[in-house]
Amino acid sequence: MSDYSPNELLICIAARIFEDGKTCFIGTGIPMLAASLAQRLYAPDLIAVFEFGGTGALLEDLPMAVGEARTFHKAVSASGICDIMETAQRGFIDYGFLGGAQIDPYGNLNSTVIGDYAAPKVRLPGSGGGNDVGSLCWQTIALMRHDTIRFVPQVDFVTTPGYLTGPGAREAAGLPAGTGPLAVISTLATMGFDPQTCRMRLDALHPGVTVDQVLENTGFQLLLADEVRHNDPPTAQELETLRTQIDPDRLYI
Amino acid sequence: MEIVASGIGELIQPPDLEAFREWNRTQKSRKLIDKRMDEKEAIARFVQDGSYIGTELYGTVRCPMSLIRELIRQGHQDLGVAGQGVLELDMLLAAGQVSRIDITYIGMEVYGVSNGLRRAVESGQIRSIVDWSNAGITWRFKATSIGAPFIAVRSMLGTDTFKHSAAKAVKCPFTGETVCLIPALILDVGMIHVHRADRHGNAQIEGISGFAFEMARACKRLIISAEEIVPTEEIRRYPDRTIIPYYLVDAVVHAPFGSHPGEMTYLYARDEPEIKEWIQANKTVEGAQAYLDRVVHNVADHQAYLQLFGDDRLAELIEMREKRE
Repeated sequence: MSDYSPNELLICIAARIFEDGKTCFIGTGIPMLAASLAQRLYAPDLIAVFEFGGTGALLEDLPMAVGEARTFHKAVSASGICDIMETAQRGFIDYGFLGGAQIDPYGNLNSTVIGDYAAPKVRLPGSGGGNDVGSLCWQTIALMRHDTIRFVPQVDFVTTPGYLTGPGAREAAGLPAGTGPLAVISTLATMGFDPQTCRMRLDALHPGVTVDQVLENTGFQLLLADEVRHNDPPTAQELETLRTQIDPDRLYI
Repeated sequence: MEIVASGIGELIQPPDLEAFREWNRTQKSRKLIDKRMDEKEAIARFVQDGSYIGTELYGTVRCPMSLIRELIRQGHQDLGVAGQGVLELDMLLAAGQVSRIDITYIGMEVYGVSNGLRRAVESGQIRSIVDWSNAGITWRFKATSIGAPFIAVRSMLGTDTFKHSAAKAVKCPFTGETVCLIPALILDVGMIHVHRADRHGNAQIEGISGFAFEMARACKRLIISAEEIVPTEEIRRYPDRTIIPYYLVDAVVHAPFGSHPGEMTYLYARDEPEIKEWIQANKTVEGAQAYLDRVVHNVADHQAYLQLFGDDRLAELIEMREKRE
């Protein structure tokens, strides 16, 4: 038994990705905790951007919604959705966090329907800002639970663009050049994308996880990095910060 | 202009900018008249069966919930909605009043999917559902706001979100690159909740302004609900804070705690137990009906609704608010 929860691990791994002095589009839940942890330990000038208008909030208290007051707590600007989305469209947003019910080998995400569009088995909430984040931010990071229900050869609906059908497909569709998925952080491992094929590649395993375990839980052929690394477990400092300062009420961890 | 790809979704509310200009010329008064009325009168006068409506901001944040509850009370049918929604659209869908949706997101944020949406779509009760991105819907309002039939953007391209929208991809006549054209969206009725307004409808918002600016300029009729009604002198003292000028507005409703159970920036916090109560109730049709009976059908108006919670509870929500430091 590890002395941290799966969510705590996910948050700590995600928090280590940020460079200081960059902008990041943040959604509700785990991305908020990861950004807050990064601000406190690794990237004090990480600028959190929320879709309804908050820019540069100090993430001292956990927001419950992407439009609520804590998304612009001590922020540098409180504007509106057009300002935020247009700022992303002009190339000012470095990272964006994404999630979904399904992801495919090219990092395309589905949060719209399970089953047939016209007669869906499950109607999910829809794109929200997801498609815009996936279209307009420079690099995106998807957070996923890792199993064969979610990692599928083909998503039922491409809500949010990853690399679409492969190399050059984003640019051919008209999406801004040089953008696309950077990483997928799952409950088992960290994946990147092979620059030649744009297909998902296993880069690093979470503590105690084997390559076989990841492959068994992935519904498509995953590429392997030449040397699959091992992610360090959460440090005592990360866990202490998370538990005592960021989420003392244990809403997410 | 060469069309590269066309979304197959229905253009539910085709934009007619000439008609909109004419409407704004003949149907929107520039006179500084008193537009105050209660929720009952505002909804009865401006919403009809078949109306296409929009609300701002959303569900748990600065949302015109007292107007939504009145809309459920009056029971207008066959509504079209522009769907960025949480509690408000989940409730309207559960009440069976919606037949057409331009959807970007209808869900319960940290609490997951909208059961109102799921039941309505999976049963086939919704006649038309058309998907867009969040920026896509807002840029549709922006197109109307600038008075143009469409706006060119770089989002949605290459995806099924595009395919199931009514957008078009074209070759840009200036650069030759593929861009996405988003059609203007003109609402029959918009509803926006604000911090303060005067009796003419000049409205001011604190904190983020969501898409209030754009949507207010994309409505044939606009109902403002406000936490506080202030003298016009107060508006004139801080004109830089006015995001919605009076000539856009058809009704001004005084609605203290109008966003409850959602929050209102710097005034009161969200009422978490009450939000959870609805989410729990809406797991079944019967539960949703019982909840709506309690907070809508069995109370006469917004004042009576607030009495269900009591002054002590409302004072707690004020105390729990985000404070300016």
